[in-house]
Order: sequence, then structure tokens, then C-alpha cells
Amino acid sequence: MLDRIASMGRLGLDVVASLGRSGRFLAGVLSGVPRPVTGFPLLIKQIYTVGVLSLAIVVVSGLFIGMVLGLQGYTILSDYGSEAAIGQMIALTLVRELGPVVTALLFAGRAGSALTAEIGLMKATEQLSSMEMMGVDPLRRVIAPRLWAGFIAMPILAVIFSVVGIWGGMLVGVEWLGVFEGSFWGNMQSSVDFLDDVMNGFIKSVVFGFVCAWIAVFQGYDCVPTSAGISSATTKTVVYSSLAVLGLDFVLTAVMFGDF
Amino acid sequence: MAQRTIEIIVGLFMVAGLAALLVLALQVSGLSPKAAESTYTLYANFNDTGGLTPRGKVSMAGVTVGTIESISLDKETFQARVEMSIHSEVDNIPADSSAVIRTSGLLGEQYIDISIGGDMESLQAGDTFYSTQSAMNLERLISNFASGK
Repeated sequence: MLDRIASMGRLGLDVVASLGRSGRFLAGVLSGVPRPVTGFPLLIKQIYTVGVLSLAIVVVSGLFIGMVLGLQGYTILSDYGSEAAIGQMIALTLVRELGPVVTALLFAGRAGSALTAEIGLMKATEQLSSMEMMGVDPLRRVIAPRLWAGFIAMPILAVIFSVVGIWGGMLVGVEWLGVFEGSFWGNMQSSVDFLDDVMNGFIKSVVFGFVCAWIAVFQGYDCVPTSAGISSATTKTVVYSSLAVLGLDFVLTAVMFGDF
Repeated sequence: MAQRTIEIIVGLFMVAGLAALLVLALQVSGLSPKAAESTYTLYANFNDTGGLTPRGKVSMAGVTVGTIESISLDKETFQARVEMSIHSEVDNIPADSSAVIRTSGLLGEQYIDISIGGDMESLQAGDTFYSTQSAMNLERLISNFASGK
């Protein structure tokens, strides 16, 4: 009995300690001022790996989610004879919620897990400690470009996701189901506000990008340097990122759109 | 892959992101790139504005000629005072025109429609509509019908 209570206490202490380590880790990464000349090519390389290579999955999912929204929205709205409102429904759903959230979930699965595995293997093969031996700060050389790349790439991916999704919804709604194109765009434009909807969605995706990249690099940096440790760190990255994104999304939605 | 190729691809990726944001701004939220049109302000008092909201449209013969700026309560008459900004090019609204709250479709959003009067004088900036017609209240209509009034 006492053992159980002790193990619970140890678990709690572990959680608090790892939160503290991740905070100190973040402060260390951010305080290492990136050097413009040597840091820039590293950052570009990481934006390529993290952002450009995730483009395919983001575009394809965006297209299909938009098409499903169009189809499903039409089925419901046509019962009330207001299928012209489909454009507004698709645009608001994508720009406010699905764009940032689904992109962040895909991003955690596609890019976050890869970041964790890469950094974890670097740690397991003692590349990080040999860098320190050579006087190169691994936080600045390895971690910082990856964190910044995730932070930069995620909003871009989310915006592309929304646009492709709206296009997919138009494809189904207008081209296939025959909603009048003028009312599709007109309804959308009269109900979507640039600052309230598009920019708030953008802010969400910036926050998600930061959180996902932070969790991914921290889990890699903090993992137990064995193959089992790397695999459990990769799993944790995906699980924690998804939970953090969904939880934060509720908080951000309540703050941004909750006042009516 | 050569560093230069990667840089070009990342550059294209950034451009694609910016272009997507531009599409969201212009095509989806209907933000117009030209400067705000010059407008003048008119007022109208209503007994009941129903579901009228700021940023709603003001139309004349179905053509949008302005937007609703704000809706506030006049504490002396207990009426709603609606501030509208009308495009400057529509500067010859007859002074005895009336502002009517209508609904687009059965359940659509509400807007203000200006019914044209016949006066030679026209409304100037800051003027108030003399006659108005409040929002049609579906529930009141039904209860009137049910009680046979």
C-alpha cells in the first residue's frame, strides 16, 4: 500500500521535474541567439525537412476534409433549403478550427515524431555530447534550428490547408452538387472577417506550431538514450502534442470566439 | 541535395504560404485591397431591430449601398438608433424615404432596405430617416394570427 503511494508520488515528482527541465531547455534554446551567417542555412534545411516535406500530406488531407465538409454540409443544409450557406460553413469551420487543429495533428505525426527520433538517435549515438566536447553548443546548432523551423512552417502549412480545403469544398458544392457559385462566395465573404476569423486562426496555428515543435525537440533531447527510450519518446511526442493541441484549441477558442 | 536547391524550394514554400494567406484575405473574407470608400452617415430609429447586427448591409432596390456601423439604445425614447454609412456616390436619397428592416430569405440575416420616397430634397450627412419600419417578428406574427387579431 505504502509502495503504491510512494510510486504515485514519484510519478508526480517526475512530471514536475520534466516540466521544469523542458522549461529550462526552452529558455536555453531561445537565449542562444542564432548566428545569422552560420545559423541561416541550418534553419533553411530544417524548414525544408519539417515544412516542405509535410506539404503533401497537408494538401491531400485538406482537400479531402474540405470535400467531406462540402458533402456533409450540403446534406444537412439542403434539408432547410439553405444550401447556399455551405460556403460560409466550410470557410468558417476550416479557417477557425479544422485548419489549425488538423494541420497541427498531422504535423505532430509527420514532422514531430521525426524530429524526436532524429535528436534521440543523435543523443543515443553520443553525437550531442561529442559536439559539446568540440565546443559546439548542441542547443544552438541542432535544437534551435529545428524549433524555429517548426514554429515558422506550421502556420504556413495551416494556411495552405485552409485554402486547399475551401477549394475542395467548392469543388464538391459548386461543381458537383450545383450550389450557385455567386452565393457560395458571397455568403462566405459576408460572414468571414479577416481579423476575427482568419487572423485568429493564424494565431492559433502559430501557438500550435510552437507547442508541437517544443514537445518534439524536448522529447528527443530528454529521451533515455536506448532504442526503447527513443521509441517511447517518439510515442510521447505524438500523444503529448495531440493532447496539447486539442486542449489549447479549446482554451484559445473560448478566449477568441467565446464572447457571444 | 544542393543547398541552393533547398533554399529555392523553401523560398517557394514561403511564397505559397503568403499566397494562401492572400487568398484567405481577398477571396474568402472579401477584404478589398482598395482604400475604404468614402461614405457619409445617416441615422434611423427603430422600435425593434430584431436580429440586425453591425456590419450588416444597407441596400436600395436590392443593391448594397452601405453598411450598418453601430446599433445603440436611445435612452430617452427607448428606441434603437442605427448608424449607417452610405457610399458617397449615392447622395440623392429623397428626404421622405423610409428605412425598412428586411430578412433575406425566410431565416437569413437581416438588413436595412431603403424604400425610395418622392421628395425633391435629399438626405444630408447626419440626417435621420423620418419613417422607419421595424423588423418583422415571426413569433408575434404567428401569435397575432393564432389569437385572430
